[in-house]
Amino acid sequence: MRTKHLLISIILSLVSVQAFALVPIKHWQTSQGGQVYFVASPGLPMVDIRLVFDAVGAKYGHATNRDTSWVGLRSLTQADLLAQSVDTFQAIISRPQFAQAEFQRIKEQKLIGLKQQQEKPGFIAKKTFYQSIYSEHPYAHLVAGDAESLRQIQLSDIKQFYQQFYVTKNGVLAIVGDLTQQQAWQIAETLFKQLKPGENAEELPQVNLPKKSKTEHIDFPSTQTHILAGMPVLSRKDPDYFPLYVGNHILGGSGLVSLLFNEIRGKRGLAYSAYSYFSPLEEAGPFTMGLQTQNKQSNIAIEVMQKTLADFILQGPTEEQLIAAQKNLTGGFVLRFDNNRKLLNYIAMLAFYQLPLDYLDTFSGKVANVTAEQVKSAFQRRVKTNLLQIISVGGL
Amino acid sequence: MVAHLFVVLLFYSFSIQAAEVKEHLLANGLKILVKEEHRSPVVVSQIWYKVGSSYEPSGITGISHMLEHMMFKGTDKHPAGEFSKIIAENGGRENAFTGRDYTAYFQTLEKSRLAISFELEADRMQNIHLLADELEKELQVVMEERRMRTEDNPRAKLQEYLMAMAYSNSPYRNPVIGWPADIENYQVNDLQQWYQQWYAPNNATLVVAGDVQAKEVFKLAEQYFAPIPIQKIPELKPQTEMAQVGTRRMTVKLPAKVPYILMAYKVPSFKVVEEAWEVYALDVLAVVLDGGNSARLPAKLQHGQQIASSIGVGYDLGARLEELFMIEATPVKGKTLLDMEVALKAEIRLLQREPVSAKELARVKAQVMASSVYEQDSLFYQAMKLGMAETVGLGWQKSEQFRDKINQVTAEQVRRVADKYLVESQLSIAYLEPQTMLANTKSGVHHAH
Repeated sequence: MRTKHLLISIILSLVSVQAFALVPIKHWQTSQGGQVYFVASPGLPMVDIRLVFDAVGAKYGHATNRDTSWVGLRSLTQADLLAQSVDTFQAIISRPQFAQAEFQRIKEQKLIGLKQQQEKPGFIAKKTFYQSIYSEHPYAHLVAGDAESLRQIQLSDIKQFYQQFYVTKNGVLAIVGDLTQQQAWQIAETLFKQLKPGENAEELPQVNLPKKSKTEHIDFPSTQTHILAGMPVLSRKDPDYFPLYVGNHILGGSGLVSLLFNEIRGKRGLAYSAYSYFSPLEEAGPFTMGLQTQNKQSNIAIEVMQKTLADFILQGPTEEQLIAAQKNLTGGFVLRFDNNRKLLNYIAMLAFYQLPLDYLDTFSGKVANVTAEQVKSAFQRRVKTNLLQIISVGGL
Repeated sequence: MVAHLFVVLLFYSFSIQAAEVKEHLLANGLKILVKEEHRSPVVVSQIWYKVGSSYEPSGITGISHMLEHMMFKGTDKHPAGEFSKIIAENGGRENAFTGRDYTAYFQTLEKSRLAISFELEADRMQNIHLLADELEKELQVVMEERRMRTEDNPRAKLQEYLMAMAYSNSPYRNPVIGWPADIENYQVNDLQQWYQQWYAPNNATLVVAGDVQAKEVFKLAEQYFAPIPIQKIPELKPQTEMAQVGTRRMTVKLPAKVPYILMAYKVPSFKVVEEAWEVYALDVLAVVLDGGNSARLPAKLQHGQQIASSIGVGYDLGARLEELFMIEATPVKGKTLLDMEVALKAEIRLLQREPVSAKELARVKAQVMASSVYEQDSLFYQAMKLGMAETVGLGWQKSEQFRDKINQVTAEQVRRVADKYLVESQLSIAYLEPQTMLANTKSGVHHAH
């Protein structure tokens, strides 16, 4: 009798866990060993598919973000259309043409694109900022690369890059859409079937922190000076992830109510946008503060930015600020994946970084458990004003 | 946020899937539209006012946008900053945007918190504080916004100059953010008048989309908005654009790295067109030219002849006044802007002479249909389409009919609109001639005839 009762309650609790899972993610391995993550999202007759490859050590920075390179497909789920899309997609990833003429054309196009970016003070600032905080590390160059390295790339480099990185062992597949698990299973089999097994990408070197703080100004014929300041801090699996994340929300991550926004824009009208964020990566990703202000105000703006950060590191958040941030993050949690596109971004991210499948389900709880003392301690240990790299680009 | 020039805002919906829109009118004239969409426990609330830069007289251009900024500066009940704080503590996201024909405020919230948004919006519809010291600071913010968006962006600046040349007397000639001298000289009184004139329930539309029940939304709206009194709204002067009687051409010399061409043809919008099929045909024409890699301009000028490095086409049939059909391009290295112009015009002539093939038309329509499904992935965008169609005076129903109407467009109709509207006499054209980017270079604009 007792055993039976126990059994029932176990079953019930399992069921209730299922029911409370915000996003039920299915994960499996294809017969060729490909990793698949799938979320069924009925309601709209469409599907998003993303195949993400680990492209760290990407010699030429050709990846679409600093750790990965991915190819994606969005299709209607009407059977004939979907079959056709998947076929084409499969041909592209497993038998790319790599024609010389097309390669040259795209290369020229990219070069002009990069040249046009040179018109923008914000772009120059970003490029200089990454060089400054990462110096020799592969994260130091922008994802788009720079003209010099792009010019040297030959078609053979592209082919080699493809053969090395676009392989089953090195890829994860994320699917979100109006499909049954059986359909998703079939698509995954089709997509991985033609890929070579290959090897995992090499591990990235560790990021070395800058040795000391630096301020660099670049002259530029613009009416505004663009300012970026920060340093490498946060990796995806960092033990300080949640205190830093919640802390930054208060400092500069919460749009119209953050400390930086209030000090720079609200109180002084110095800029249209003022913000800070962490970009967590495989290795230490950047902590960035940014704003843009008319040239003659750039010194005062930099001072206010530095002081706001220094005060926050010294004092930590007030209890009131912490609660407000936690309420915003947990109360608005569902907004983060309220459509297929946003959901796909999350699934691809947690698949790539091998985060637990209940990542989204436990997120709010982890945010709610952060204390003011943890935020203060994490900022004091990890965000060092004496290592800050400050870049300004603008006129005098 | 200022409406961006090259966002092609298409109005449509997938009728098979689209939830029905429910409408309710309060006694004070506030119109409420609700689209129930139960995919996620989220609600979007947007309030749209019929006022934007095209309503502004000279001397105070950009005042709608300035007022949008000031609407976050507090009321008696909720002092400055509190609006945003309350929304944030409720996990919400909020902001506002101003365009030529509208000013809109929005919040996205977990579905049970819609009343919070209504309470705050109803309050600031009638009780906003417009104070001199707040204006002084916020005016600096808007100047910084203008520097960021326009002054330091050569292409945005060229677009601004082109609009001012292409239109003779239409208020669409003014930038949404306003001319710098106007921004610097707003007075509290200007804003006060603007606010009193246009912010009223009978000049607004409330759009709610998400996991809600229409009936309950109407009840909630009644509770918060019904007490606000109806108000007399001034009648807008037509300001109908003078007929253009020949090509207008300009060279813009600015510090830049890459040359750029922008061509703009005067075309009707939905609101001013005499025969409605023309705007649908123009919309299809834009997709024929630039809808994806296999469209005419990318296929022929980027891949084929390799003249263009990048190409874009924009047409917004949802404008309130006469509109521009725009083509922008960057030539590849070794090609001039004149080469680019000649090649673009050759493609246009081809479309004027020969109807697109049945196959090409089918592909273009399939593409429009597919994107009309994909767009529904965004709740915000669904609400936006309704709000915009209603606010420019088309009626939200037009946005729901879009898909069917596009399906009816014929190849001959596409040829006819190309032949009628993409003609020399209706063209305004601007070349960006990059000047050296050494610091402190003098820059300017030169008109050619």
